Amino acid sequence: MATVKTQNLEMIKSTRNAPKAEMYVPGHRTCAGCGPALAYRLVAKACGPNSIFLGPTGCMYVANTSYLCGPWATPWTHCQITNGGAVASGIEAAYQVLIRKGKWKGELPNIVVFAGDGGAIDIGLQAMSAMMYRGHDALFVEYDNESYANTGIQTSPATPYGANTTFTPPGKAIPEGKVLFPKDAPQLVIGGHPAVHYVATASVAYPVDLMNKVRKALNYQGPTFLHLHCPCPKGWLFDEAKTVEMAKLAIQTGMWVNYEWEKGEYKYQHTPKEYKGVGEYMKHQTRFKHLKPEHISKMQDFINAKLKAPGKPIAVPVAGPRERA
Amino acid sequence: MPKYTVKFKIPKHLQVPMGAVIPSPKTENEGMITGNWRIVRPVIDHEKCTTCLNCYIFCPDACWQLNEKTEKMEWNAKYCKGCRICINECPADALTAEEELNFPDGVVRLDVPF
Repeated sequence: MATVKTQNLEMIKSTRNAPKAEMYVPGHRTCAGCGPALAYRLVAKACGPNSIFLGPTGCMYVANTSYLCGPWATPWTHCQITNGGAVASGIEAAYQVLIRKGKWKGELPNIVVFAGDGGAIDIGLQAMSAMMYRGHDALFVEYDNESYANTGIQTSPATPYGANTTFTPPGKAIPEGKVLFPKDAPQLVIGGHPAVHYVATASVAYPVDLMNKVRKALNYQGPTFLHLHCPCPKGWLFDEAKTVEMAKLAIQTGMWVNYEWEKGEYKYQHTPKEYKGVGEYMKHQTRFKHLKPEHISKMQDFINAKLKAPGKPIAVPVAGPRERA
Repeated sequence: MPKYTVKFKIPKHLQVPMGAVIPSPKTENEGMITGNWRIVRPVIDHEKCTTCLNCYIFCPDACWQLNEKTEKMEWNAKYCKGCRICINECPADALTAEEELNFPDGVVRLDVPF
């Protein structure tokens, strides 16, 4: 018989109300102005001391743990990029046994996998899916910086259309850089995992909303999924002071939509009254600098279709292999 | 140190804990001091500051903390990387970027390299 969590983490009303204790302490090797590091700090703050963090390979493992030190005040372990979900399943199952045998007296810890977009929906997809299929009580966080940033900005399935990455450089044959449209990560989880009851997207531009979504996910029994938008100054090539500004622009232009999905119902947050054009967001980023007006209008069409019902599947114009070559 | 280090005479600089298990830091990670990365530093004007806590919540390195006794923001010079997010997000314009070399204690140098 599986033990159930009895904790009920309180919702945070304002910035002043946020927990004072830092669980992701200063002293890590992430770039100046790192969006994922900010997301990690907020997630760790919301989780509190009774948590175990797992770091599948990615920026938030490589840049944080070097030369035998790490910035976590809570237990943390590395796992391979493929098996974040599998390690979380093992830790959760071990705690269930320890609690059943009476060897662990405390509350079941919050088990949080902090995977990048590659560790969640590309290389690590099968382990994440298996964890959700088996219904382990863990939170899977995907911090989305839209590329494989720690190896030098390679394209990932979360990279938007038209981005210039090391694997999709624009040239004479392919003027737009990346030709494919990105995967819809929350949709992957919602669509095929009946054990999951809570899926949400959040942005570093709205930290209180982000922390509340983490707490809400932790209060749920069973697997939950969070998708966080984390601008990456080095990968997207913009000034590092504008990390939060870029996250806000993404919401104002519709490139990112904050919503939560609770047992089949969608709720939207921070929707602007009028969306700005996607060009407003793209002009600040050098990775989109090569785009011509026809490419930006193609992106605008995609965003317009997506904004009719954010979080729900849409038909995407996918170029076949012959058109791409 | 485990016994095998004595048996095989492993030199001290190559001795690492088994399975790389290391203690968690509590308030700061002294193994990775990043204050010497800075080119500019944020300087606060306490008269303009409204303690809205934007700098505190948006800092990726947790370098702004509210001192509850004095109700003033405190800056952590040891770890601030000088990314200027706090300056950009300050609604009261209380923060300004100043060149690190203008300060007598500017550019923190480490005694021992990483």
